[in-house]
Amino acid sequence: MARRFLRLVFQYRAPAPHKVRLGLVSAPIEINESAVKAAVSSALAAIAVAADSAALKVVRTAHLGEASPLSQLNALMRSVAPEAKAEAGKLMGQAKGHVAVAFAVREEEILVVEQQAQLAAESVDVTAAASRWSAGARHPLMLLQESICDAFVGMGWEISEGPELESEWFNFDALNFDEDHPARAMQDTFFVEPAEAHLVLRTHTSPVQVRTMLEREVPIYILAPGRVYRTDELDATHTPVFTQFEGLAIDKGLTMAHLRGTLEHAARLMFGEGAKIRLRPNYFPFTEPSAELDVWHPTFVGGARWIEWGGCGMINQNVLRSAGIDPEVYSGFAFGMGVERTLMFRNEVGDMHDMVEGDVRFSQQFGMVV
Amino acid sequence: MRIPLSWLAEYVDLEPGTTPEQVHAALVKVGFEEEDLHDFALSGPIVVGEVLSFEEEPQSNGKTIRWCQVRVAADGQKAADGGDPVHGIVCGAGNFFVGDKVVVTLPGSVLPGPFPIAARKTYGHVSDGMMASAKELGLGEGHDGIVRLAEMGVDPEVGTDALELLGLNDAAVEINVTPDRGYAFSVRGVAREYAHSTGAAFRDPALYLPATGAAPVATSFGTEFPVTIADDAPIRGRAGASAFVTRVVRGVDATKPTPPWMVARLRLVGVRSISLIVDITNYVMFELGQPLHGYDLDTLSGGIVVRRATEGEKITTLDNQVRSLSVEDLLITDNSGPIGLAGIMGGATTEITDATHNVLIEAANFDPVTIARSARRHKLPSEASRRFERGVDPEVAVVAVGRVAQLLVDLAGGTIDDAGSNLNASVAASAIELPTGFVSGLIGYEYTADQVSSSLSEIGATLTSSPTGLSVTPPSWRPDLTDKWTLAEEVARIVGYDLIPAVLPVAPPGRGYTVAQQVRRRVSETLAATGHTEILSYPFLDETTNNLFGDAVAASIPQVTLVNPLDSEQGNMRTSLLPGLLATAARNRSRGLTSVSLFETGLVFLPAAGVTYGHGLLAGAVRPTSEQEAALHAAIPPQPRFVSGVLIGDALERQPGQKPVAFDWQDALASIQQIALASGVKLAVRQGAHRAFHPGRTAEIVIASSANNVSNNGSNNGSDEVVGFAGELVPSVTEEFHLPRVVAAFEINLDVIIAHAGVPHRAHDIQTMPAATQDLSLVVVSTVPARDVLAAVIEGAGDLLEDAQLVDVYEGPGVTDGSRSLTFALRFRAKDRTLTAAEATVSKDAGVALAHSRFGATLRE
Repeated sequence: MARRFLRLVFQYRAPAPHKVRLGLVSAPIEINESAVKAAVSSALAAIAVAADSAALKVVRTAHLGEASPLSQLNALMRSVAPEAKAEAGKLMGQAKGHVAVAFAVREEEILVVEQQAQLAAESVDVTAAASRWSAGARHPLMLLQESICDAFVGMGWEISEGPELESEWFNFDALNFDEDHPARAMQDTFFVEPAEAHLVLRTHTSPVQVRTMLEREVPIYILAPGRVYRTDELDATHTPVFTQFEGLAIDKGLTMAHLRGTLEHAARLMFGEGAKIRLRPNYFPFTEPSAELDVWHPTFVGGARWIEWGGCGMINQNVLRSAGIDPEVYSGFAFGMGVERTLMFRNEVGDMHDMVEGDVRFSQQFGMVV
Repeated sequence: MRIPLSWLAEYVDLEPGTTPEQVHAALVKVGFEEEDLHDFALSGPIVVGEVLSFEEEPQSNGKTIRWCQVRVAADGQKAADGGDPVHGIVCGAGNFFVGDKVVVTLPGSVLPGPFPIAARKTYGHVSDGMMASAKELGLGEGHDGIVRLAEMGVDPEVGTDALELLGLNDAAVEINVTPDRGYAFSVRGVAREYAHSTGAAFRDPALYLPATGAAPVATSFGTEFPVTIADDAPIRGRAGASAFVTRVVRGVDATKPTPPWMVARLRLVGVRSISLIVDITNYVMFELGQPLHGYDLDTLSGGIVVRRATEGEKITTLDNQVRSLSVEDLLITDNSGPIGLAGIMGGATTEITDATHNVLIEAANFDPVTIARSARRHKLPSEASRRFERGVDPEVAVVAVGRVAQLLVDLAGGTIDDAGSNLNASVAASAIELPTGFVSGLIGYEYTADQVSSSLSEIGATLTSSPTGLSVTPPSWRPDLTDKWTLAEEVARIVGYDLIPAVLPVAPPGRGYTVAQQVRRRVSETLAATGHTEILSYPFLDETTNNLFGDAVAASIPQVTLVNPLDSEQGNMRTSLLPGLLATAARNRSRGLTSVSLFETGLVFLPAAGVTYGHGLLAGAVRPTSEQEAALHAAIPPQPRFVSGVLIGDALERQPGQKPVAFDWQDALASIQQIALASGVKLAVRQGAHRAFHPGRTAEIVIASSANNVSNNGSNNGSDEVVGFAGELVPSVTEEFHLPRVVAAFEINLDVIIAHAGVPHRAHDIQTMPAATQDLSLVVVSTVPARDVLAAVIEGAGDLLEDAQLVDVYEGPGVTDGSRSLTFALRFRAKDRTLTAAEATVSKDAGVALAHSRFGATLRE
């Protein structure tokens, strides 16, 4: 359709612009070429000068309406002799066609211009927008904990949880902390009244390991994240309430090499492909052999370096026995790291206070991604 | 434990020039973490000087100074600072005489501080250096004058390097000794470990002593000193003392000075020099790991009996404290009664004094449990108790006594008497079977047979071959080696953890995240995405706050109280997350962040009324019976996980074309809708009451009783299962937290929501026939909740009503006082046809009828 209109437009040669005054066009008496031409020229001239859709509307009434010269000429068709009808009809048809096409073209032109004008008028300064929404944020410790969980769930491990107020049996005895061993006293434990109830705020998430071992059948591959408590005063690097994640794997034939492989994988997920780990002999009641775990932080601010990341080892036979698992058949490994410490080094958090004070500016710099 | 390098070098070969850092690095490899580094922070020239003369010069400030001429180099030679052999020095001390040898810090030297010494003008003289006190040199605490070398028992040449003379050029590495390794609380133990790490030659001081160059003095005794161990109340079946070695040394001069090298080494390990005899017992303890005690023999009456205390029995200890004893305390007694609290502290009555001439040296082996409990009971942790708690080599007692005796001879002029005792009832460690291949199988590295046996030999174990592998008898100083796993650690440690390869294990397919884990994360993410900022507050609160927030109606609720809170004002575990959120909000506001919307998820601690929690002690290493297991599970109070939030200030801040919009109760309800959306559990709202909430602006949140009804605006009153509250807090509470009057808040028991989550949603078909919409205005008594009216309309209208929303609430002219007009926008749709207006009206009228019969609602004219 559009193409045909265009062709018609090009066929039509517009007369030189001249002033058209409707009043000057006298009522026609008969259909003849000059009368038709005059009517067409006058209509075309009016269309051409119509500046906007309002003016065009007036033009439509004047030159295409019932009272327009063309309509009046057309009305004369009834009185045209039959032998002249074909020619007169052709003349009138062409004339009406010319005018209609010109009108449509002009109408389209004006529409485009007017729409553009409206859009231009509606433009805004997008940098001065009013906000219809306020930003919130996750706490980065939770985000980091979740991303660690994602990494292990991706390996087929499962996430286990347990209570923060624990019995001493789960927190100590089952984990091979003898009642009188100095290691038990060294845990800086919060005790719950009355002391003879033997309830504590868990000092590590290891009781979850024991609960899981009691609940489930081996093989077990779990990660236990959560809040733990020690009687440390809050300072730049310590907090009495902090977050750990501990891993536990029990299966036939697990070795310290599997522990190392798992830790290296975790280190790379947390600190990047360049990360590696180092094990140093250490002591924990619940593992034997035990190791301290250092991670090589390849992108640490101020240069790559080793940082202490956590503790690990092969699960102590007494811990397995506490859960009724035969250490002559199964072996396992466990590891535990602090989420706060990981966040400090991974994301360059300089002061523990920022993690515990709840200043919204701290969380909001992370948003939803750590 | 601190190890002076010079001392270490006596028992293991240290390459000349070995730095403390290198020693640290070597010890870390075998499991001793680096803690610190200690030295005297002195640098020379610091030399021996001789006071040639001095003139006393009283000063206007009341002090008298001495203007001294001090020889610091032989005549005709230059002093160590390049100056004249005789220096003029101003000294404020008055404790020295002409002819005294003293320590002179010459210009250019530096004292701890750092405090550089230079020639300086003072009291009308140029003081060309300083004569040092023990405190200035870091050797002691006292500031009662300068060091007189004669008092230290030395008379060196003038100009001698005093740093070397006094052992002040030494340094100590401090390492962390894990609680399984009592033997490493000694130079002996650490020297052995250094040898393990570096391969350097180790000389066991229990076999070789540099003072004699040979095996230690006699371990047999001519005369038996009477000692009896009479423990009639062993703890956990273990006698209080397994070894008790004594030796008499006569004719000592207790006033003799402790030699400077010993003072310096004690100083580096962190002990003050007290007197020669005490210093010697301390010195040998640090050297061999055996705690020792010296008695003034002449104050003892009769022999020694080791026994348990009787309840309420008293002893006056060395620090002149009278201590009341328990039946678990172990005592050293003679005919006069208690003369020592075993392994903790000696008694005052038999204390070594300057007048002591005859000494009884004691080296005992006390039971770790007994000593650990006594140290805890009396709050008296000591160098001795620390060692006994971790286990002391029972074989070293006799060596240590011999070593002390010899030092008393060498340094105090004593004579070893032939009286002594050598009780040793300790049981030798039994052999551990180590099957061939066990170590490799546990560690995941193929150790050669030689690596296994040589590492175990190196740590002092005795090996014999057995049918299945090796039979390993641990050395007497390693009570921690109890099974094949502990032996595996030794092999891995000595050969090196670095060799262990990395192999990623393959876990069986897992279940992924549980419904609870998924819901919790989604709730937190949704709240964050809808403008809430997550915080993590400490769960410590006071009782009053817990009572206010912890229950909707009860004024006082059971709480968890800590025995040892960090802050006694916050000694209880929280019953609500709201106080922590409010305090955090207040902190943010105090920092200029006036509009905050915070949320937290975390456990609250809600013991039930009338329930006693807890359990008796239960040993590990054995699976509890099912009854015991049930008791353990019942031992702890409920700790549900809550999600709570507070919204304060403006929801939308003032901005272009926008007036600020303040948070109010409706924002708290929006948070609830977000939680419902995220959890997939339909929640309903009804008018509620809670002590901490505004009495007229509190919604009780309940689980919606039927999930598949109408749209998310809910159509029913919910079940009776309350999951929490939302609304505004009562202003008196917000004021207490220094917050503005209006604080919107919500608190939800997430565990209850989770219990309803995870049910797969049963979808209903989406109907596509044209809808008919109508508005409905009902006038009803104002006290009838809008939601109830809506529910009646929905119920009455039946299936054709697809959706109904409250769009306007009007009170005022045209509506009777005490009533209001509720306008609902209704959308009707039939499943199978285009609904006519008339049909919709019939349905609507049915709804109106039910609302009328239930609540007297009438169509608004």
